[in-house]
Amino acid sequence: MTTVDKPPRTELPESKPARRRKGPMLGRPLLRTSYEADMALFPSVTQRVVITLFLLFLVAIPFFAPGTIGESGSLPGPNFLASSDWLRLLVTLGIYAIGALGLNILTGLAGQVSLGHAFFMAVGAYTAAVFGSPPGPLWGLGLPIWVWLPLAGIIPAILGVLIAPTAVRVRGLYLAIVTLGLVFIGEYLWRNLDFITGGSQSGRSFPALEFRFWQEEEPLLTMTESSTWFGVLNMSPTAKTYLFVLVLAVLLTLLAKNLQRTRTGRAFMSIRDRDVAAEVMGVDEFRTKTVAFAISSFYAGIAGALLATFIGRTIPEQWNLLLSVEFIAIILIGGIGTVTGTLLGSAFVIILPRLVEDLTRLGESLVREGGVWATILDPLVSTGTGDWGLVNTSAGVAPGLSVDQLNLVIYGALIIAFLIFEPLGLYGIWLRIRNYWKGWPFTY
Amino acid sequence: MIEAVVFAQAGTTPAGRLLVDFLSLGSIYALLAMGFVIIFKATQVLNFAHGALAALGAFLVASFATILQVPGRWMPDAPHWLRWSLSVLAALALATLIGMVLERIVIRPMLGEELFAVAIVTLGLDIVLRTVTNDFIGTQARPLGDPFGTNVWTIEGFTLIPWTIIAQVVTTVVLVGLIALFFRSRLGIAMRATAFDQEAARAQGIDVGRVFSISWGIGAFLAGVAGVFLSLFPRRAAGVDQSTAFFAFAAFPAIILGGLDSVVGAVVGGFAIGLAQALATEFLAGISFLGVGFAGIVPYLLMLAVLLIRPYGLFGSEEIRRV
Repeated sequence: MTTVDKPPRTELPESKPARRRKGPMLGRPLLRTSYEADMALFPSVTQRVVITLFLLFLVAIPFFAPGTIGESGSLPGPNFLASSDWLRLLVTLGIYAIGALGLNILTGLAGQVSLGHAFFMAVGAYTAAVFGSPPGPLWGLGLPIWVWLPLAGIIPAILGVLIAPTAVRVRGLYLAIVTLGLVFIGEYLWRNLDFITGGSQSGRSFPALEFRFWQEEEPLLTMTESSTWFGVLNMSPTAKTYLFVLVLAVLLTLLAKNLQRTRTGRAFMSIRDRDVAAEVMGVDEFRTKTVAFAISSFYAGIAGALLATFIGRTIPEQWNLLLSVEFIAIILIGGIGTVTGTLLGSAFVIILPRLVEDLTRLGESLVREGGVWATILDPLVSTGTGDWGLVNTSAGVAPGLSVDQLNLVIYGALIIAFLIFEPLGLYGIWLRIRNYWKGWPFTY
Repeated sequence: MIEAVVFAQAGTTPAGRLLVDFLSLGSIYALLAMGFVIIFKATQVLNFAHGALAALGAFLVASFATILQVPGRWMPDAPHWLRWSLSVLAALALATLIGMVLERIVIRPMLGEELFAVAIVTLGLDIVLRTVTNDFIGTQARPLGDPFGTNVWTIEGFTLIPWTIIAQVVTTVVLVGLIALFFRSRLGIAMRATAFDQEAARAQGIDVGRVFSISWGIGAFLAGVAGVFLSLFPRRAAGVDQSTAFFAFAAFPAIILGGLDSVVGAVVGGFAIGLAQALATEFLAGISFLGVGFAGIVPYLLMLAVLLIRPYGLFGSEEIRRV
C-alpha cells in the first residue's frame, strides 16, 4: 500500500484584511474596490483636482481686472472675463444653469417633458418681488433675502405639487401640450395681476440683493454698491453678485448631482425608462412624478427670482414660451439627463449670442474696410439699407436677420442638429473625445 | 398672445357676431387641427412647427398674389379672381413642397426615434421657420389681395361673409377627404399601419418614407389653407403678420380636446374651441374682474378641464396600461 505523499499542508499566511481604500486608486480610475467608491460624486483623483482648480479659477475671475486688488493690482489671467459685460454674462450663465438643472431633473431624469419652465420661473420671480420688495404702489413686504430667496423656491415647488396630479394623469406628448398651456395661462395671469407684476406697460422692479437681519436701514452686505473687502479687494456690484450666484450655482449643482444617486433619483430614472416596469418594482408613480415637479419647480423659482433681481426690472411678457424653449435647448444641446451636460449647455447657449454678435460686428467692420474679406463676407453681413446679407447689426433698417433673430435660428438649428446627430449633446461629444484618448493609440 | 379678434361690424347683432366668430374661428381651428392629426396619425409626430407652416403658407400666398404676381403676370387678360385663385394654388403647392422637403431633411433622419425627441425636433424647426418667415414678413401686415376683401353679400336681409362660407365648405371637403383617405384608400391604410408600428409596416412592404413625405405634404398644405383663412376678412383683413405663426398654438387645445389621432375629433375639437372662444369674447370681455385677454386662454382652460376627465381627449384612442 502506497501512500501518496500529501504535500504538507501549508498554512496560508494570515490573510491581511483587505486594505479598504476609501479614495480612488491612483492611475486606475476605473478600479473601484468599494461600493462607496463606485457611488462617489467625483470618483477619480484627476476629476477632483480638475474640478477644484476650475472652481478656484471661477472664484478668481472677478479679480482678473486691473485695480481689483489693492490700488492697481490684479490676478494674472484672461482679464476680458472680468470686464463688466462679460461678468454680467457669467452671472446670467450661473442663473440659467440653476434653472436648467431644474428642467434637467424633470425632463432628463424623470422623463417628463415640460414646456412650462418659464411659468415656474415667473412664479419664483414674483414671489421674490412680493416678499422682498419694499412696500409701494405694488405689493411688497420688504423682508430680507434669507426670507424671500428660499420662498422663491418653495412657493413654485408647492405650485408644482398642485399641478402634478394633472401632469400624472396625462402622459407623453399630451403633457407637453398641457405644460405649454401653463405658459399661456401664466402670461395672462401676469398681465392681469398688475398689483403684483406692474402690468405690461411698466413692469416692476425686484428686490435688490442685500443681506439684512431684518428691515434695518443699513444692509450687512449689499450687492448694489461697490465696496472694499478686507481692506484690499475692491468689489464692484457685478463682481459681488457673480460670487453670490456662483456659490448658489455650485451648491445647487452638487445637490442635483447628488440627487441622481439617491433613492428618489433612481426612482425618477426608472419612471423615465419604463413607467409600468417601475411601478411593478414598487416605485410609486404618482409620488415620484410629484416630487420631480416639486424639485424642478424649486430650481426654476430660484432661477427666476435671481434672473429678475439681476435684470432689475421686467415686464410680464418676459416669461414667455421662448424662455422655456431656451431651457429645452440648453438641456438638449448640453446632453439630456447629465449634470455636466446641463452646465455645458448653459455655457454654450448663454455665450453663443455674444459670440455671434461679436463676429457679426467684426464681419461688418471687415466688409467696410474692403479687400479679400469683404468679398467673402459680403453675402453674410448686411451693412446698411439696400445691402443684402444674412445678418445685420442695425435691426429694422438693413435687410437680413437681426443678431437676435440669427441667434434664434441658430438655437433652433442646433436643437435639430444635436437631436439628429448627437442625442447625447455636448456631453456626448466630450465622452467621445475622452474615450478616444483613453484608448489612445488604439481606436477602441 | 393669442387674442380672439373680435368681429365688430356695424349694425350686426350680438348673435350674428357670435355666429361669425364661431364659424370662422371654428373652421380655422378645425383645419389646423386636421393638419396636426394627419401628421400625427401617419407618423406619430407631434408637429410644433404647424403654426410656422401656416404663416409660411399665408406669406407665400401674399407674395404670389400681390408682389410677384405669379402666375398672373403672364395672363394679364384673365379676371382678377382667376389670377388670384391660381396664385393661391401655386403658393400652396410650393408650401406643400416645402413641407415635404423639410420632412426629408429634418424628420426622416429621426425615423424610429423616441416620439418626444421627434416632437422636440419640430420645436426646433418651428423656431427656425418662424423666425425666418417673420423676418420676411417684416413689421407690417401683408395683405393677401383677395377679390372679396371686406365685402359681404346681402341676400334677403341676411349678411353673408364670403370667406366664412368658403371656409366651411373647405373644412367639410377636407374632413370628408381625410376620412376617405384613412379608411377607404391603400395609402390611408399604409399611414395607419405606419403610425401603429413603423418597423412592422416596413416589413409588410410599406414605404414608410413615402408615407412620411406625403403626410407632411398634406399637413403643410392644410396649414397653409388655415393660414390663408386666418389672414382674410372676418379674422385679420390686414393680412398675414408676425402673430400669425403664433395663432396655431391656440389650435393645440383643439387637437387635445378631440384626441391626437382622430380626424372627426379634430373638427369637433376645433369648433368646440371656436365656440368657447367666441362666447368668451362676446360675454366675458366686459367683466373687468377677468381682465384683459381672458378669451385667449379659454381654449387652454377647456383643454385642462377635459384632460382631467378624459386624459386622451374626447375621441382619442385610449392607451391601455395595467400594472
